[in-house]
Amino acid sequence: MDPYNWALAATVVTLLAIATLIGRVLQRQPNLGLNPAAVEAFNGRLRAWWIICCLLPVAFLSRPLTVFVFFGLSFWALREFITLTPTRLSDHRALFWVFFLFAPLQYVLVAYDNYKLYSVFIPVYAFLFIPLRVAIAGDPRRFLERVAKIQSGLLICVYCLSFAPALLYLKSKEGALDPLDQGDTARLLFFFVTMVILSEAVQFAWSRLYGKNIIAPEINSSRTWEGFLGGAATTGLLGMLLGAFAPYHQLWHAGITSMLISVMGFAGAMTMSAIKRDRGVRDYGTLIEGHGGVLDRIDSLCFAAPVFYHFSRRLLDAI
Amino acid sequence: MITETALTLLARFLSGVSVRWVDCQPDTCQRVYFANHTSHIDVILVWSALPHKVRRLTRPVAAKDYWSKGWIRPRLAKVYNAMLIDRKAIKVHQSPVQLMLDQMGHEFSVILFPEGGRQSGERVGEFKSGLYYLAKKRPDLELVPVYLNNMNRVLPRDEYLPVPLLSSCTFGPPMWLEDGEGKNDFLARARDAVMKLSRFDVDEE
Repeated sequence: MDPYNWALAATVVTLLAIATLIGRVLQRQPNLGLNPAAVEAFNGRLRAWWIICCLLPVAFLSRPLTVFVFFGLSFWALREFITLTPTRLSDHRALFWVFFLFAPLQYVLVAYDNYKLYSVFIPVYAFLFIPLRVAIAGDPRRFLERVAKIQSGLLICVYCLSFAPALLYLKSKEGALDPLDQGDTARLLFFFVTMVILSEAVQFAWSRLYGKNIIAPEINSSRTWEGFLGGAATTGLLGMLLGAFAPYHQLWHAGITSMLISVMGFAGAMTMSAIKRDRGVRDYGTLIEGHGGVLDRIDSLCFAAPVFYHFSRRLLDAI
Repeated sequence: MITETALTLLARFLSGVSVRWVDCQPDTCQRVYFANHTSHIDVILVWSALPHKVRRLTRPVAAKDYWSKGWIRPRLAKVYNAMLIDRKAIKVHQSPVQLMLDQMGHEFSVILFPEGGRQSGERVGEFKSGLYYLAKKRPDLELVPVYLNNMNRVLPRDEYLPVPLLSSCTFGPPMWLEDGEGKNDFLARARDAVMKLSRFDVDEE
């Protein structure tokens, strides 16, 4: 295997280990005045990241298998989303097609590298189909609201997340001096996931250390302006450090995309918090009692994936 | 055995069921599990939620007229070792409750749905009197309430295609018929016990 890949794996494991160690230390220090729930949430996220990082090396071996792993994540996240946001019984048929047609087909299109189709499949075709199917079911009550719920679930959990494995299929335009190979794109996906994790950890640290001004206390009481801005800046710097692993041609490309990841990760966390507050719950799932659901873990990944994809595509001059 | 495992896995995947035991533990003693009924696959869920040892001694109660029709239903009933009770031909010495007790003997537990038929919404319907007569004739049986949440959204009444949402199956503390407790009081208490197990409600209505 490429020495690059080994170096990358070693770096990721080291970073995760450091973060885990910090989480453990914070847990053992009750007199630091930290909110135990926030520390627990941080540790919960780390556990999930370990699992995802153990699954990710599959990307170096098989692209379709990686796509399938992400499909599994999407499917589970979507069922958590729809379980928690109430739909009416008359939405049943529409939901059936969402779960068993649109979600799998999106990933099939990604696996066949059909960018032209998968980039519009859900936001155009599925979004036109859903209101029609709900209308045919003949229940006018809260029509727009119900349609919007199903569409949001599909957009966030399936469409957005599918851009993460889509990174694997980026290729250089013809005649490029240094064409992308499979290892390059796998490292790009790895870089993306690592930066999402790091940006969360860094935002958390900034918020804890310097956080004063809470952005929207009604939505999320732990997200502060200091955490957001400091997190974005630090993530950008860390991205430049780790940028050696990503196949970017310029150092600042890694920095700018990392900052974008941080901003979008924040956007995802805030949006999902708002939905949870609306429903009056703390976590999306009860997969493991007291540990929240898949969606609680991958919200920032979902929001960052399409933006990262489009920027990387542009910066790498790829098709 | 293979059919059973396959069906159970399929049902578990589709319903994403999480099983909870509240003030109650799985046990091989003779019990009556009674649950709210909202979906075709309710019985499979409750049954597969039990540990293997308990499951072998537990038989779902099903309506004979419905489950002996066609090709697939009798086979399914056989896989689940269902107790098919004739609810049409009721005679003095052959009441459904008596038939059930005969088949239970001193060995089997049963799963039943005292609402009679499936309900169309989240609501738990009024209980039929069978549970009361069962408790009266066999006061030693533990009556365990079971609450199935969200199953009506996974596979509602009159639908045959499921939506794989997440549901839960909660077992509650056993109850018995009190001395001198009337039929209506008892049935209301039993229904209450089931409804109390609903942790959060999902439907807006």
